Amino acid sequence: MTPALIAALAEARAAARPVVLATSLPDGRQCLLPDPAADAALNAAAAAVLDADRAETRAIGGASWFLAPQNPPLRLIVVGAVHIAQALVPFAAATGFAVTIVDPRNAFATDARFPDTTLIGDWPDEAMRALAPDGRSAVVTLTHDPKLDDPALDHALRSQAFYIGALGSRKTHAARLRRLAELGHDAAALARIRGPVGLDIGAVSAPEIALSIIAELVAARRGAALGRLDGKQAA
Amino acid sequence: MSLEPSEDILSIAAHWRAAGEDVAIATVTETWGSSPRPAGSRMAVTASGKLAGSVSGGCIEGAVADAALATIASGTPQLLDFGVTNERAWEVGLACGGKVKVFVERLS
Repeated sequence: MTPALIAALAEARAAARPVVLATSLPDGRQCLLPDPAADAALNAAAAAVLDADRAETRAIGGASWFLAPQNPPLRLIVVGAVHIAQALVPFAAATGFAVTIVDPRNAFATDARFPDTTLIGDWPDEAMRALAPDGRSAVVTLTHDPKLDDPALDHALRSQAFYIGALGSRKTHAARLRRLAELGHDAAALARIRGPVGLDIGAVSAPEIALSIIAELVAARRGAALGRLDGKQAA
Repeated sequence: MSLEPSEDILSIAAHWRAAGEDVAIATVTETWGSSPRPAGSRMAVTASGKLAGSVSGGCIEGAVADAALATIASGTPQLLDFGVTNERAWEVGLACGGKVKVFVERLS
C-alpha cells in the first residue's frame, strides 16, 4: 500500500467514481480497477464486486486476488428540515449515507440547524429533478404537508430509488396514496412507499423515530428478512 | 460527505504516515462462518502503538497488531489465518466459531 494509492482512492470517492482496490495475495501487489491495461478477467471480476458491493477474494488466472469495491456513497434525500430530520442526520452519516435535505421554508433549512449537511431550498419537484435519485438513493418525506411531500414522492416513484418512506399516520398515508393514485401511480408503484415510515420499535421521541427509519433503511439496503436475530416470535 | 468506516481507516493511515509514523494496514480478505467483521474491514496500526478500526470483535486484534509490527520492521506482507478456538484454550482465535484471513501490509 502506498500513500499515492490512498490518495487515488480518495480522489475517486470525491468524484463519485466507482473503483476497486485489487491486491494480489500474498505478495501484496496492488492496482485500481477498472483499468484498460489490466487483464480482462480481472476487470470483469472488479465489475462484479462493485455490483454486489461486497469485498471478496477470487482466484483469477492462477493467482489469488482480493478485490475491495469502493462505490460512491449511498444517498439519503430527506424532504422536510424538521426535528426528526435533525435526529436522522447523524445516524445516516454513521451508516454511510450522504444526506441532502430539501425544504423551501427558510426558517427550517438553516445551517445552524443542519451543520455540515447539504441543504437545498428549492421546491421539492425542482430539487428532485436536479438530484435525480438512482438505485443507490433513498427518499424520505417528513413534512406532513402534501404541497411538499407529494411532488417528492411522485418523483421518487418515477425513479429507481431503493427506499421510499413517508412520515405520517395510517389515515394520513391512505389519503396520500389516493392523491398519488390520481397522479397515475398504480398499486404496485404505491406499495414501494413505506408509510408510516420506519420499523415498529415503539418509537416515540425524534431520535427513536430516526432510529426506526434508519433501521428500515439498512434492512432494505441489505435485503434483510426482518425478525428477531434469535429467531423467537415477538411477545 | 460521509465515509464508509472501512474507507476512513485508509485516510487515517495516510494521515499518520504523513506525520512520520511507521504504519501497517490489516484487511479481512476472507471469512467463513459467523465471523464478526466482513471482508474489506480494515485496521491501521503504528509502530508507536496507535490503532484504528477493527478486523474482528476484538478477539484477534492483539495478534494482528503483533504481526503488523513485524511487517513494519521487515517490509514483508503476511496473510494470516485465524480459526476456531477451543473456548478453554488460551490460544488466539475466534470464540464465535468463525474463521478469517487477514492480510497485513506496510504503508510505504
